[in-house]
Amino acid sequence: MDMLLQALATLMTFESVITVLVGVSAGLLIGSLPGLTATMALAVLLPFTFSMEALQGLIALGAVYMGSIYGGAFTAILINTPGTPSSIATTFDGYPMARQGRAYEALAGATIASVIGGVVGVTFLLILAPPLARLAVAFGPAEMFWVAMLGLTLVASLSTGSLLKGLLGGCLGMMLSTIGVSPIGGETRFTFGYPPLQGGIELIVALIGLFVIPELLTMAAEGRGALAQEGRFGQGEASIRQIFRRVLGKPVNLIRSCLIGQIIAVIPGAGGNVTSLVAYNEARRFSRDPESFGKGNLEGVVASESSNNVMVAGSMIPLLTLGIPGAPPDAVILGVLMMHGLRPGLDLFTESGVLTNGFILSMGLAALMLLPVGLLGARLIHRIVIKTPYHFLVPCIAMVTILGTFALRNSLLDVGIMLILGSVGYFLRLIGIHPAPIVLGLILGGIAEQGYVQTMLAAVVDPIPWLRLVHNPLSMVLAGLVVLATTTVLLPAWLERRSRPDRKASERGGET
Amino acid sequence: MRFTPTTLAGALSAVALIGVAGMAQADYPEEPITYVIPFDPGGESDVTARFQEPHLEEILGVSVNVTHRPGGGGAVAWSEFQNDAEPDGYEIIGVNIPHIIGQPIQREDAGFETDDWEIITFFHSTPNALIVPADSPFETLDDLVEYARENPEAVTLGGSGTYSANHLGALRLEREADIDITYIPFTGTGPLPAAIEGGHVSGIFNYTMLGVQMEDRARVLAVAAEERVPALPDAPTFKEQGYDIVGGAYRGVAAPTGTPDEVIEVLEEAFAEANREIASEQEPLGFVMEYITGDEVNEVMNMLREAYGPILEEAE
Repeated sequence: MDMLLQALATLMTFESVITVLVGVSAGLLIGSLPGLTATMALAVLLPFTFSMEALQGLIALGAVYMGSIYGGAFTAILINTPGTPSSIATTFDGYPMARQGRAYEALAGATIASVIGGVVGVTFLLILAPPLARLAVAFGPAEMFWVAMLGLTLVASLSTGSLLKGLLGGCLGMMLSTIGVSPIGGETRFTFGYPPLQGGIELIVALIGLFVIPELLTMAAEGRGALAQEGRFGQGEASIRQIFRRVLGKPVNLIRSCLIGQIIAVIPGAGGNVTSLVAYNEARRFSRDPESFGKGNLEGVVASESSNNVMVAGSMIPLLTLGIPGAPPDAVILGVLMMHGLRPGLDLFTESGVLTNGFILSMGLAALMLLPVGLLGARLIHRIVIKTPYHFLVPCIAMVTILGTFALRNSLLDVGIMLILGSVGYFLRLIGIHPAPIVLGLILGGIAEQGYVQTMLAAVVDPIPWLRLVHNPLSMVLAGLVVLATTTVLLPAWLERRSRPDRKASERGGET
Repeated sequence: MRFTPTTLAGALSAVALIGVAGMAQADYPEEPITYVIPFDPGGESDVTARFQEPHLEEILGVSVNVTHRPGGGGAVAWSEFQNDAEPDGYEIIGVNIPHIIGQPIQREDAGFETDDWEIITFFHSTPNALIVPADSPFETLDDLVEYARENPEAVTLGGSGTYSANHLGALRLEREADIDITYIPFTGTGPLPAAIEGGHVSGIFNYTMLGVQMEDRARVLAVAAEERVPALPDAPTFKEQGYDIVGGAYRGVAAPTGTPDEVIEVLEEAFAEANREIASEQEPLGFVMEYITGDEVNEVMNMLREAYGPILEEAE
């Protein structure tokens, strides 16, 4: 407790507060640009932290991390493009809301949800780090395989309209994930004798291609801006207070999303991409009105954004206690800790407790700062997106997209892949195959493959190797959940099919 | 600038006037140097480059830009570098053994060759270490070997990557001790602490750094170095315990083939100097500082090629 107060004291200096403020703003800007991810923001910032003290450097990194994960929501809502992978689910309801002229409501809702998520994550980290760390290591290869399988059942709910098309998209994504050097075994696959393809298809590249390019093409083809002109905020719109009430009025949704965010955050390798999707899916499953999701339901935005901001501090748990990066940006933070001679482990909470607690508290402060910075930034960016004619907006976004893709790995090939996937994605969208299942397949294909192969390798002495997949209680529970999730998805579809003649009309209505 | 016959002739006569072509490089370096790291930020290669960067800048007097070009376990950046980089000393790239030995043998289209560059120096090595969880029944290396002899394939050892330094080390242990273990590759060092902490593998074959990092939660049974590593004074070497296993990863830096010798020398000295300056920060982490330059580079390469080559080819 002493340490906590001491840490608080170090944090409450002018210097630290300014660092957090600048960090959050910079992170927000970077996160809102497609292609510039949280990981990259941290990597860029890294050299600057050398000249700072350890705590100051960590404060800056934590603030940028928090800001950039939140910033992804801006573009997700305004131009249907997740700025970072963790805001994929924000597009599902955020963009429809924006199209209905409720952009500001969506942005403010996302901001409030992010602040709450961020603060909850920090609280978990302060209070429950050691027990949650134990949960993190319980997830071995077999468990990761089931987590990936569970994630794949999301395909069903992500596919608006046709389950078959959703599955097709998921398979496409999983196939894309096999290009390059295999995660286990190191063979090169599907490179067609072209060495640069060894690098595979980076998630962000596919994400940008599949989301941004089709949206840009649609805008150009329809000759319209991203948003309806009438979507001005402030008039006939909910005020901040009303939005607050609307977000906090559904505490169950918030609590559930935060818990989901926290649990998935500590599983190494899953990260924010999966958290927001799962939280969104559960929000819809438990909603009294699941049909309204995907058509502009604020609850969807809240679920996605609160859970991914829990992840920021949440993924620090395995990192700080065990040295396991829970999400890709954490690897950079691990590097910083190492450079300052700080060894992850319990020492970090005792010997250098002031520093660690200062770092954790600064993330809480960063989360709170999101409120003013975010609400102001939301107004500004919203106005820019609405006021700019589409014939300026489209090329601008295209430029940023190409630059961002290139900057990711300094690779022109990535830009090419992005453009190809984007063009293909446009036509796929026209025939009803949406980008979300494809990206989900790409994320989870690799995780599933790795978990399965590692499990099979370890089971080489067992008489029936695949039993290793369900050899402990946790993996059995997860396998059970997969079966349950599959049946709850397939059963209604099957029942619907049996009574098809009288359901035809409603089905057509469901297609978007 | 376009190379018309006149300018070319002018340039040639200018060079002739000065006498030696190499003299033109006397002022090296004058421009910023790009230092490519073929891996993700946050890894050992990246962290080291970050340590070196300010010292290199001070010594060389120009800025040194560390950029990342990850993909294919390094192969993407290496093939690009061998094909495109200009041999003027302003583009250098991090190289790792055994990656640059193993990948061209293992893959038909790695896109680069083990020797198609000038390796300036290897500045440090990270010896392999055999690490088991603190609550493991294996107190010593002998315990593990004995158990593995009675239960072939039952001991599972995790490590970073396939045909990596870790994997090759595990394969050498199998040969030396005449046992049969199961090696399970993970993607990088990141997931390994969780793998032993959660009991998903019997142990891990990784680097000394992880042994230092996990000091209070794991036990280092053996280190694959000639002598004990300063950061792990209590961990015996394989040699002490009767197994001739020395090896791990070497990290260094290379310039394109055809880079003038003078430039290589400047860089060689700069890296050696930077290495001395960062030694006090890196050694406690488990790195072993090296100053391998010139002919020694080839010696080390040949030694490791002989040690790993047969294992790699056998696996083909």
